[in-house]
Amino acid sequence: MSRPRLIKEASAPLPLERELLIRIHDLMVKARVLEERLIQMYKQGHGYFWIGGPGEEAFNVPLGLLMKVGQGPAYDFLHAHYRQSATLLAMGEEPIGALRQMKNTASDPYSGGRNFAGHFSIRAKNVVPVSSPIEVQYAMAPGTALAQKRLGGDSITIVTGGDAGTAEGDFASCLVWCSRPAEPLPVLMIVTNNKWGISTSGAEQHGEQRVADRGRAFGIQCKTINGNDPVEAYQELKEAMAYVRKERRPFLLEANVSRLYGHSSASGANLVTEEVDCLKQFEARLEQDGVLTRQQMDDTRNRYAEEMAAAARLVRDEPLPAPETIWNHIYAEKK
Amino acid sequence: MANMAQAIRMALHYAEENLGVTDIFGEDVGAPLGGVFTCTQGLKTAWNSPLDERGIIGMAMGLAMAGSRPVAEIQFCDYVYNTIDLLKLAGNTCWASNGDWNMPMVVRTPVGSGIRGSMYHSHSFDATMTHIPGWKIVMPSTPLDAYGLLISACQEPNPVMFLEPKALLRVKGEERIPGEPDDDRALSKMIDAPLGDRSQWRPQWPNLEAFAVPIGKGKIVREGTQLTVVSYGRTLPLCAKAAAALADEGISAEVIDLRSLWPYDWEMIQASVQKTGRVLYVNEDTEVTNFGEHLVRRTVDELFYSLLAPPKLLAGKFIPGIGLADTLEMASVPQLGDITEAMRALAVQQP
Repeated sequence: MSRPRLIKEASAPLPLERELLIRIHDLMVKARVLEERLIQMYKQGHGYFWIGGPGEEAFNVPLGLLMKVGQGPAYDFLHAHYRQSATLLAMGEEPIGALRQMKNTASDPYSGGRNFAGHFSIRAKNVVPVSSPIEVQYAMAPGTALAQKRLGGDSITIVTGGDAGTAEGDFASCLVWCSRPAEPLPVLMIVTNNKWGISTSGAEQHGEQRVADRGRAFGIQCKTINGNDPVEAYQELKEAMAYVRKERRPFLLEANVSRLYGHSSASGANLVTEEVDCLKQFEARLEQDGVLTRQQMDDTRNRYAEEMAAAARLVRDEPLPAPETIWNHIYAEKK
Repeated sequence: MANMAQAIRMALHYAEENLGVTDIFGEDVGAPLGGVFTCTQGLKTAWNSPLDERGIIGMAMGLAMAGSRPVAEIQFCDYVYNTIDLLKLAGNTCWASNGDWNMPMVVRTPVGSGIRGSMYHSHSFDATMTHIPGWKIVMPSTPLDAYGLLISACQEPNPVMFLEPKALLRVKGEERIPGEPDDDRALSKMIDAPLGDRSQWRPQWPNLEAFAVPIGKGKIVREGTQLTVVSYGRTLPLCAKAAAALADEGISAEVIDLRSLWPYDWEMIQASVQKTGRVLYVNEDTEVTNFGEHLVRRTVDELFYSLLAPPKLLAGKFIPGIGLADTLEMASVPQLGDITEAMRALAVQQP
């Protein structure tokens, strides 16, 4: 599992097919432009709060591309956290939904104007509602995985969170429940490590050298990767997923990523220049290898910027949910 | 007649055979123990979990979201408190997703005093649980109601909290569960696990029949004209007993078993209070921000001009725990004497 990747040698050709590289790039740009538009909406007063994942696109896009998307236990479940717009776009979501959630309109497809930006929920794609309390998703993930294991087949449960959140007991619960020798579960546990917990540095949060090492005590396969490199992320995710799909056992994958606009709008949502920008780095590589020209990449960005500006204008005029709808959906009705 | 623990076991058996229940789990829920109160002995989908309450509730939520039908157990409600935000999440998942997701799961947990359980086996949970919207909450006081309410809970598309009054788990019922054999000993031989080695034991389930008590409907246990007593769980039979004793003194009390705490049967309470003009709410959770306080507030708001006396609440003392000594437990939560006295005092009050 620890053999070196060719991608790390700048002279070697990119090991993924050109078409896939272009697809990954396109989605990374789309996700970045979406997050920048969401931040702009917040700053212009078209939303109360922003939280999202600019800086995690290199990891999140491959994750979405590799998922088996559908409804029910025959498909992959995603217990996401609030930095995964890029994963959702790679799973086929249109960005206007995220804009609607930011503007908390009645048309918001994820929560009907009830929840923050980045709090996706799509039953038709097994995207479990994202909630603000960190790490609760790790407590729920073994449940969907058990149903999948019983069904047979190769579907898996994917659960993601940040490094700071691993201090919560739910992370330990997930390690315990997924690795019981009597009932191992097909869970891909992912930790995106941006070395921050809101404003608190990693050094003030936790002391293990690698978060992934926590899996070792449980006999869980684990690995730490460079989540700023989409090619490495794609290959490592593919390998980890293949293991979980086939062996029906857990895997703990830690991806080191950047946090390019801080924690959320609560910390200003301003660009951080001292962290690696995965998109810039990837674009330099694509240009160097002759996969795309600077002009082509600029065109992609401009096209998405225009599309999302137009979508934001559309969303701005959409109505808020009616006050009497607070009483809707407290309970599901029997079908 | 079956006791409540047997009734719960039979309902769960019925539910795993007929209602699609896939997982009955929790600490010591599977073989060999089958639950510390024996409620899950011999069930084919019962299994033992790690000693991790948050993991138990999370597992139930995940199973429910993936199309399974879990019934999770928290061994004593005293240990459910570290799961509160998960209970909140289970209760808001449908609402937060604007109706996209629902959470068909049941959580069972024994509540209340009565077994000299000291500080961490005597808590009540009705006051806290009724602060968490999105759940349905039930609490039977008889084996037949336990059977019928649990069957309803297992048919719900929403999360249901099934509170088991532990003082009543061993009390035999007065009504037959449909399909239950006539002879108690025969029933015990069929479905109670033997002492000692149980590895070869298999239960012989009676031919149980469907019987659902609708969630949200109370039951008039005794009719009366001078005052209404509304209770549930352990204190309900005490209220009925007190009413029977007071009848000898010429006091006519109507006793309502609420059975469902949310949604609850306001129509039944309203009709009764409009008739009697006096109401006493009885439960054993701590009295400050008690569910009974909500009922008192609603009574004042909506039935003020029907009242002949202030609505009353008799509940547990607002103290940090229930002490082990008999004297301490008896002084902490309502007992028969307290209830009788409160009813007598209310019955004679005049405007």
